[in-house]
Amino acid sequence: MKSLRGTWAIGWNTFTELVRMKVFYFLLIFALLIIGNSAFVAKFSFQEQFQMLKDISLGAMAVFTSLLAILATANFLPKDMEDRTIYTILAKPVPRFSYLLGKLLGILLLLGLSILLMTGLFLAVLWLREHWVLSETRAQLEGAPAEEVALALREVTAATFNANLVPGIAIIFAKAALLAALTLFISTFSTSGIFTILMTAAIYFIGHLQATAREFWLAGVDIQWWTRVLAAVVALIFPDLQAFNVTDDVIAGVAVPLGLFLQTMALGGLYVAVYFFLAAMVFAGREL
Amino acid sequence: MMARRLGSLFLLAICGAALLPLQILIQREAAAAHFRKTDLNLDLRERVGQMGFLAALSGFRSPLAAFLWIEAHTAWENTEWGRMAGIFDTVTTLQPRSLLYWDMAAWHMAWNASVAAMQDEKQPSEALRIRAQRQYFELGKDLLERGIRNNPDRYQLYLQLGVLLRDKFEDHCGAADAFLMASTFPDAPPYCRRFAGYEMAKCPGREREAYELLSKLYLEGEAQRLPTLINVLREMEKKLDIPESERVEQHP
Repeated sequence: MKSLRGTWAIGWNTFTELVRMKVFYFLLIFALLIIGNSAFVAKFSFQEQFQMLKDISLGAMAVFTSLLAILATANFLPKDMEDRTIYTILAKPVPRFSYLLGKLLGILLLLGLSILLMTGLFLAVLWLREHWVLSETRAQLEGAPAEEVALALREVTAATFNANLVPGIAIIFAKAALLAALTLFISTFSTSGIFTILMTAAIYFIGHLQATAREFWLAGVDIQWWTRVLAAVVALIFPDLQAFNVTDDVIAGVAVPLGLFLQTMALGGLYVAVYFFLAAMVFAGREL
Repeated sequence: MMARRLGSLFLLAICGAALLPLQILIQREAAAAHFRKTDLNLDLRERVGQMGFLAALSGFRSPLAAFLWIEAHTAWENTEWGRMAGIFDTVTTLQPRSLLYWDMAAWHMAWNASVAAMQDEKQPSEALRIRAQRQYFELGKDLLERGIRNNPDRYQLYLQLGVLLRDKFEDHCGAADAFLMASTFPDAPPYCRRFAGYEMAKCPGREREAYELLSKLYLEGEAQRLPTLINVLREMEKKLDIPESERVEQHP
C-alpha cells in the first residue's frame, strides 16, 4: 500500500513536472490547425469539409500524442540523473520498480489529458461547423417541403459526428501508451535522450512494417534462409504498430467491430506491460 | 549489465512470439471488416513521393489524402482535368474506404470533365470531343466500380453507379441492376427500389419483372405511391396487357 502511494506520488509529480514544462502549448498549435483548416475548407461541400476536419484533427492527434509520448518519456531518466533527483528518490525506501511505474503513470496521465483536451477541441469545432452548416441549409431550403428539409438536415448530421470516432481516438491513446512504454524501456539502457529518441523513431517506422515482415516470415514462400531469419527477427522484436492504424478507416465512416477494438486495446495493454517489465528488469541492474 | 540487456532482448523475442497469435487475429479481423485495404506499393510511392509514402506508411494516410484532395480542388478551379484524374487515383488508393472520395471523383470525371471535354473550343472535331466525353464517362464508371470493389458492404456507390449508368450511359439494364443491388442493403433509402423498377421498365425483356417490383411497391402503401411510380405502372399495365381487374390501382 505504501509502495502504491509512493508510485502515485512519483506519477503525480512527473505529471505536474511535465505540465510545468509547458507541453500543453502544443494544444495551441492543434487549435490553430483545426480552426484554420475549418476556415480554409469553407469553399468545399459540407461532406468534404467534415471529412477534411476529421482527417486533419485525428491525424494531428496521432502525431502530437506520438511525439509527446516519445519526447517526454525519453528525457525522464537522463534529466533525473542530471538533476540528481533520481538519487534522492531511490535513497528513500522506493523500489526502482515503483519509480519506473510512477514515471510511466505520469506520462500516461499526461497523454490521457492531452487526448481528452484535443478531443474536446475537435468536437467543439465539429459541433460549431455542423450548426453553421445546418443553419445555412435551413436558410437555403426556406419554403421547401418539410420532408425535404428534414432529409437535408439529416444528411448534414450524418456527415458530422459518428460514434465510431470514439474507439478510433481510444486506439490513438493505446498506441501513444505503447510508444511511451517502449521509450521508457529504451531509456533504461541508453546513454542519452537523443539516442532514445532516435531509436524509438526508428522502431516507430519499422513497427509499421512489422506486419509485412511477419506475413513474409509466416507465409512459407521460397526465400533465402537469411531473409526469413531477418523477417522473423523484425516480427518478434518490434511491435506491430500497423494494428493500431484504424483512424484512417474510422474517418472514412467504417465502424470498428467491437471484437477488433477490444483485441487492439488488449494488444496495446500487453505491449505496455511487456515493455514496462523489461524496462524494470534492465533498470534494476543498472549502475547509477 | 550486458547479460541483463541480452536477457531482456531474448525475453522481448519470447513475448513477441507470445503476442503473434493476437496480432494475426487482429489482422484477420481487420481484413474481414475491410480495414487497412490500402495497397502501399511502388506505384503509390512514385505518385505521392518519398515523404508522402513515409507518411502513408506511418499511419497518416487520411491527412495525406485530405491534402491531396485540396490539391485536386485547385486543379478543378484551373480546369486541369488530367491532373485531377491522377490525384483522384492517388487519393482513392490512400483512402479506399472513403465513399466521399470515390463518389466525388467519379462525379467530377463523369459530369464536370465530360461536359468540359464536349465544350472544348480548342478541339474542332466533334467526333473527337464526343470521344473525350465518353472517356471521362468511362473514368467515372471505373472509379465507382473500383470503389464498389473496395466497399462491397455499403450501398452508396451502387446507387451512384446506377445514376451514372442511367444519366450518362443510358444503360437502363445496368442501372436497374445497380439500383437493385443498392436496395438490398438494410440502410439503403427506399427510393433505390423505385429507381430499380423505373430502370427495369426501360430494359428490354425485363418489363414483367419491373411490373412485379413496382406493383409490390405500390401495394406497400401511400409512401411509395408517387406520381412517377403510378405513371410507370400504368404504362407497364398497358404494355403487358394486364387485365383491368388485375391492375394494381384496383387494389386499395
